[in-house]
Amino acid sequence: MRIFDPHIHMTSRTTDDYEAMYAAGVRAVVEPSFWLGQPRTSVDSFTDYFDALLGWEPYRAAQFGIQHRCTIALNPKEANDPRCAGVLDVLPRYLAKDGVVAVGEIGYDSMTPAEDEALARQLELAVQHGLPVLVHTPHRDKAVGTRRTLDVVRESGIPPEHVLVDHLNELTVSMVADSGCWMGFSVYPHTKMSEDRMVRILQEHGTGRKLVNSAADWGRSDPLKTRKTADAMLAAGFDADTVDQVMWGNPVAFYGQSGRLDLADVKPDETALFEGNSIKRGGE
Amino acid sequence: MAPHILTALDHHLAPEAQRWLTDAVARVGDDPAAVRTVFPAVGRHCGRGPLAAGWTVADAARARLLAALPLRGAALAEEITALHRYGDSAEQRAVLRSLALLEDSDASFADLGLPLVRAALWGNDTDLIEAALGPYAARHLDEDAYRHAVLKCVFCGIPLDRVAGLTERADRELARMLADFAHERVAAGRDVPSDVWPVVRAHPGALEASGLPGEVTSSSSDRRAAAVAALAAFTGAA
Repeated sequence: MRIFDPHIHMTSRTTDDYEAMYAAGVRAVVEPSFWLGQPRTSVDSFTDYFDALLGWEPYRAAQFGIQHRCTIALNPKEANDPRCAGVLDVLPRYLAKDGVVAVGEIGYDSMTPAEDEALARQLELAVQHGLPVLVHTPHRDKAVGTRRTLDVVRESGIPPEHVLVDHLNELTVSMVADSGCWMGFSVYPHTKMSEDRMVRILQEHGTGRKLVNSAADWGRSDPLKTRKTADAMLAAGFDADTVDQVMWGNPVAFYGQSGRLDLADVKPDETALFEGNSIKRGGE
Repeated sequence: MAPHILTALDHHLAPEAQRWLTDAVARVGDDPAAVRTVFPAVGRHCGRGPLAAGWTVADAARARLLAALPLRGAALAEEITALHRYGDSAEQRAVLRSLALLEDSDASFADLGLPLVRAALWGNDTDLIEAALGPYAARHLDEDAYRHAVLKCVFCGIPLDRVAGLTERADRELARMLADFAHERVAAGRDVPSDVWPVVRAHPGALEASGLPGEVTSSSSDRRAAAVAALAAFTGAA
């Protein structure tokens, strides 16, 4: 089974996770830029983070046979901090990079005017750069936030097929399906979505334009939720081709719209270095 | 950039890539800020493979974009410094390889690109170190920095024939440093990279002063063997 996790924050994960993911069938991931659990206080901390998403992290992933791409954006939460507003001005440099397959995560956290401004400007940048977008939907007041997100997306003029609206649930899936956007589901150990609920949504709403991710990060989360969902789909009677469509075909089709998703097989190469440094420790 | 690199680039690029580059050069000529988004995109439009003389296709295409910038002196330095700051290693190496070309067409650029050379020399990326040590570094690095750059190449396994200006700039102090390095290797029972010998040989007495020849009487057999091999290489017998 081959798996593409379309949303996972590998920067926060260990090499054990990479090993377990490879063993479970994960061969490609997209890491959206997001916040780090603690606020950043300057533009420079963002650019160092973006550089790591484009440099060190793909190198680390490749050591375990996994291809790593990223999405770049000013996230909605930190869009509210005026010290970080300058991130919007450096984004064009990053959106031109080979490893960037979408603008994201953008969207709403608390639906403030600063979030409105950041969302609108970044949708505009996505159109200019011909990139798809990954849109985060708020945890609080989700249905209202998702509807408002879809309104802003429509007004921006970006084609709906270039938009992935993420963290959906039973109450928000239909409005996104009707919009023509792609639908993302984050399967978490305790909150958001479980494997069984995910399977029921796929049974009721079909597998077209649906992406399943682990959204694993520095919080309690599980980088193998994609595989566990795939297993739950098979147990519920989905055939292998349909599982492959959800776990591989759909994410490849969505991010492939960037024109930058060249997924040649990577072979782990222990002798490879990144800027002269490696993941080895003394004695190896 | 030597003219043969330009010619090689023209021969190499497929029509579609050539069109993209021609358009990108025109955009940069009209609006220098355009370089900030076309420079990172070069690899996927023009290719990343080798071209000639250690240059990749992307290096040469990027050099052409930099040459098209309608900027001079400090403004030119500021723009290319930001490209380097936000660049991945392929972008950084292209900036480094382009420095001599930028100075050739704008004398007021002078040594303003030197901080980028120094940054590469602090790092561990051998590709960037090699790209930094072109004719621009040979012209502008002070004696001490140039000698340490050569020594770093020896440590990193970068062949010294890739370092510009070595014949003209190698002095007695560099010969001493390389002879001491050779002695250190021999004392560890290890081989000495052969490209240090021409510099050491050119300064009589440097080898003797290092204490390396005394290693032939070492009580340790691997040190003796390493010393014999090193002396044979020094005299040109091996």
